[in-house]
Amino acid sequence: MGADPVPPSSLRGNAFALGLLGVAVLLAFGLGRFPVGPADLARLVWAGLIGQPSGLSPQIEAVIWNIRGPRVVAAVLCGAALAVAGTAFQGLFRNPLVSPDILGASSGAALGAVVGIYFSLGLFAIQLAAFIGGLVAVGAVYAIGSTIRRGDPVLVLVLTGVVVGSLLGAGIGLVKYWADPYNQLPAMTFWLLGSLAGTAKPDLIPLLGPVLLGTAVLVALRWRMNVMSLPEEEARALGLNTGPLRIAIVAAATLVTAASVAAAGIIGWVGLVVPHLARFLVGPDFGKLLPTAALLGGGYLLIIDTLARTAAPVETPLGILTAVIGTPFFIWLLASARGGWS
Amino acid sequence: MPHPDRRLVLAGLATLAVPRGAWAATIRDGAGRDIAVPAKVERVFPAGPPAAIQLYTLAPDLLLGWPRANGPEELPFLLPNIGNKPQIGRITGRGNSANLEAVLTLKPDLIVDAGSTGRSYVELAERVQSQTGIPYALLDGRFEAIPASYRILGQLTGRVERAETLARWCETAMTVIKGRIATLPPERRPSVYYARGPRGLETGLGGSINVETLSFLGARNVAAEQPGNGLAQGSGLAQVSLEQVMAWDPEVIVTVDTGFAVSVHTDPGWASIRAVKAGRVHLSPKLPFGWVDFPPSVNRMVGLWWLAKLLYPAQFPENIRAIARDFHTLFYQVTPNEAQLDLILSGHR
Repeated sequence: MGADPVPPSSLRGNAFALGLLGVAVLLAFGLGRFPVGPADLARLVWAGLIGQPSGLSPQIEAVIWNIRGPRVVAAVLCGAALAVAGTAFQGLFRNPLVSPDILGASSGAALGAVVGIYFSLGLFAIQLAAFIGGLVAVGAVYAIGSTIRRGDPVLVLVLTGVVVGSLLGAGIGLVKYWADPYNQLPAMTFWLLGSLAGTAKPDLIPLLGPVLLGTAVLVALRWRMNVMSLPEEEARALGLNTGPLRIAIVAAATLVTAASVAAAGIIGWVGLVVPHLARFLVGPDFGKLLPTAALLGGGYLLIIDTLARTAAPVETPLGILTAVIGTPFFIWLLASARGGWS
Repeated sequence: MPHPDRRLVLAGLATLAVPRGAWAATIRDGAGRDIAVPAKVERVFPAGPPAAIQLYTLAPDLLLGWPRANGPEELPFLLPNIGNKPQIGRITGRGNSANLEAVLTLKPDLIVDAGSTGRSYVELAERVQSQTGIPYALLDGRFEAIPASYRILGQLTGRVERAETLARWCETAMTVIKGRIATLPPERRPSVYYARGPRGLETGLGGSINVETLSFLGARNVAAEQPGNGLAQGSGLAQVSLEQVMAWDPEVIVTVDTGFAVSVHTDPGWASIRAVKAGRVHLSPKLPFGWVDFPPSVNRMVGLWWLAKLLYPAQFPENIRAIARDFHTLFYQVTPNEAQLDLILSGHR
């Protein structure tokens, strides 16, 4: 038939990921603190599709289009971004314990955000500070790592990331220490725990652009990433110039991570757990892995966010839920690893 | 490897500063601890912003400095040589020795903290007191304990008369306000959503210090009366979603955030909420200190009148300008002019 035959396992894996995302979207639109019946929801979606007024109360319209809608989109984008970045970094560093913040993207973004809150900047400026903080941190890690000529360059990069990340953590602690404990400190704490509670339509644009761009770059590099996950010497022997490729992967993964952290705060575990689940479903080939990871990550974070906003009148921070759910899940994955890594 | 115990050295230095036998009296603090205070208290170190504000209102001349320097917009409302005293930091939960050395260099006769009198704060006070040799008094920072705290602070600082005046002002306010709302049936008590943060989506849960005046006024705090708050019950501040606020549909919104007070009128989600439709979104005054919750000190006493008028306009015909002018004159000892009163009441800074 000409084209590569797609192994049935990968089809099944993608169908599962797509199904999960679909179920997550339905649940997310159907559930919430403000009661919207399934019939109203269906009427609203239909009216939206044919471009007619739905005749429903403006409150219900506002809940679905201005509150739940942007939040669903943001959760899917952030989850996909973190999963894709995690997949790329795990491949690049040939290490299953790597998550998207390995090179300091999250700590840099967090420092940017707490500085923004400290100086009482506006919402958009705080998000911008977070985004820039993430990019600058990874840029610095990369620049420092490149000047060190001894040893395995990948290992040097990871160690530099750990060191710079911990320095940034100290910076965050210092700014929190300076902060006004009655006003700024709670805001910083909420931000660092991760949440999509305030997401509105205007937040989607600065999220969508970087996530699409970074993901597109990674998908375009999928075949080279396969070679890249071989040992360095073998990759070179196959004629791959690893230097520029590494920069491209790091830049793309950092872009999506920083955008996600700027929009939703610190959400751990998604970028660590989801790539494993994706590999479990479709194997290690990046061509199949990246789309599956994106779908799974989006569905996973959307389910978590739906839980966060429906479990109680008060929001549960996303970073807490992903850790509580991610830890046992990760242990289960490790215990039942079937052709997962390698 | 023998080296001198730093605590002993510090304690020794401190006892040098206060000659033996100079303890004038033993006074019971807000946590029920007996504090030996020197005959002359001339320099007092406030452990945090609530203590600094309360001390300023009682005995501004004794204040060594501010935990956090006042901003230029706050200075016109404070006494000229006291509002601009230097920043001296605060004694944190982990009062380390470097911090305490800085405290010692200011040679305080007394350290005062206002806030929780719980076990960890008592232990911190005891430890700092034994490390520095400086008496460390705790005042109960709960809103209803303000008059009692004034009287204790008056004894500690030898300003009993003024403390009595201030305590009486607070007691009168609380008695008058409580008396007028006591007979109101539950359905005439509005449901209130307290909005913090630029999006107005941070709020104070029931029992948190942030909403003490709201619960004093018998308002129904929508975030406090919901069952099943789960993890976050009683823990202070929490985040909620706009959808949840819409479901609560509060009759009044009280906010401390200027940005939110502006944006609330343009967002379609907020526009459908009863409080917004009825024009009952109120931005709290915050000069020189916040009227509703931060810092949680005596500044909330004038806020109590402000909130009472917002929630029960029929029961409180008093002019808030006059009350604010009185409060500033008596407590901050600076009388604001008309333009300054406008600025205070606008909630901007």
